[in-house]
Amino acid sequence: MPTKTRVPAIDGWFTVDDRAPALLGSRCTSCGNIAFPKETYFCRNPHCQGMEFAETPLSRTGKVWSYTNAGYQPPEPYVAADPYVPFAICAVELAAEQLVVMGQVVPGVDVDDLHVGDDVELVLDTLYEDEEHEYLVWKWRPVDGADTSNGQGVPA
Amino acid sequence: MTADHRVAVLGAGMHPWGKWGRNFVEYGLAAAGDALREAGVDWTDIQYVAGADTIRNGYPGFVAGATFAQALGWTGARVSSAYAACASGAQAINNARAQILAGLCDVALVVGADTTPKGFFKPVGGDRKDDPDWLRFRLMGATNPTYFALYARRRMELFGATEADFAAVKVKNARHGLENPYARYQKAVTVEEVLASPMVADPLRLLEICATSDGGAALVLCSVDFAKKHGVTSPVTIDAVSTVTPRFPQTIIEMPNFSTDSSVATSTVGATFKESVALAAYEEAGIGPEDVDLAEVYDLSSALELDWYEDIGLCKQGEAERLLRDGDTTLGGRVPVNPSGGLSCFGEAIPAQAIAQVCELVWQLRGQATGRQVEGAKVGITANQGLFGHGSSVIVSK
Repeated sequence: MPTKTRVPAIDGWFTVDDRAPALLGSRCTSCGNIAFPKETYFCRNPHCQGMEFAETPLSRTGKVWSYTNAGYQPPEPYVAADPYVPFAICAVELAAEQLVVMGQVVPGVDVDDLHVGDDVELVLDTLYEDEEHEYLVWKWRPVDGADTSNGQGVPA
Repeated sequence: MTADHRVAVLGAGMHPWGKWGRNFVEYGLAAAGDALREAGVDWTDIQYVAGADTIRNGYPGFVAGATFAQALGWTGARVSSAYAACASGAQAINNARAQILAGLCDVALVVGADTTPKGFFKPVGGDRKDDPDWLRFRLMGATNPTYFALYARRRMELFGATEADFAAVKVKNARHGLENPYARYQKAVTVEEVLASPMVADPLRLLEICATSDGGAALVLCSVDFAKKHGVTSPVTIDAVSTVTPRFPQTIIEMPNFSTDSSVATSTVGATFKESVALAAYEEAGIGPEDVDLAEVYDLSSALELDWYEDIGLCKQGEAERLLRDGDTTLGGRVPVNPSGGLSCFGEAIPAQAIAQVCELVWQLRGQATGRQVEGAKVGITANQGLFGHGSSVIVSK
């Protein structure tokens, strides 16, 4: 079976690193403000005039701020599998960056497996596929101890 | 606030909410006609038209002010069109108010109307990888209810809210809307029925998430002097319109964003965005939450209504469930919330909704809200927010 080319679903938002992927944010070289997605033109801190930014990988682990799931298939431009498979989605607090960032949760983990304050880590997983490509996106995966026993397999 | 900073509401009008499938202009015209008749003002005497835009009806919708003006018959009136998603109506009200307070006109018409598709709201089409509203659907499948559900789950984990509490909000609002002729849903529901409806975004169920509706709302606003000359000596007045943005850092995740602001560079300010929306209105009106007799808040979800209780200062953080359970926010209680039935009974007709909230308060303060009247109401507040950070709160008094 021919292998599909794995490409990010969006360029420059995360490192394509299967072992330890990270979201790519920006750090203002003037005030240190961190933004995701990356700030490219003008710092959004109103007390800062900064216009230069360094790319900075965000923490790969954080704590669940809140979570939910998508019981109904989201509308376009979401590209859903056929048949549709519901997924969980969570917002995660990153301590070092002092921000909350969202993302889907890996397949096989539903809301019953999640709690506010749970530790999660960033992984890469398939968002959707076409004939030649597998489009990758970041997802959150519970770290140790979380109940994924009924899961359909946890992607690396 | 002195009389000089108030504007009078001469007339309010609405087209019933529903899924009528006709052109949005029809709903706007029906609402405008009712508002003008109630005001006793001829269309040809309107000096300024403020339209709240719809993005779902092509080019005429994007320039709703002129679209309504043309449909009513060109008169050479001054015109504006405003879009701020759910807060569009408040922007239109504020445009008209500013013209009146600046002395640039005496009497203005505010109109908003929408025709909506079925199902989830989705972003404008095309391949638009620089638009966060498009990207959140593409990369995360994050719909509007996704965000409502994140807040709802937070309430459960932090404050002990239950699914039964959220259902009770729906039950209350359904009862409030039973006799509102403008409501799309005039049907009582039980907690059991709510909890048996399909899960959309856990913990929120189908009956707890507002539908998308067709509808139209309009107001005739004027200076207090004009109202007096018109024979209305004690009009309902708009005493404040808050259209504030968040303050940096915005630390609560909001549609359509992927992340909050970071707090590393600046310490967090005191009030959250939604709190600051109401605070700015209270400050402008020179009153506080203790002066409010009723409120119309944006219950995009049942749980979100509880957030608003705290955000508009009806109670402290974490106390909204107690307020609900004690019946304080039910008709007959201390401070009824969404006596109209709210979005729960209306569904959302985006550019009309913030105007409709004010229409309800006007009828309530005049004692004309048959079947849902808050007895003796003198002061009401609306609260709402538009995508990307448009605050919307209006204080109305009699």
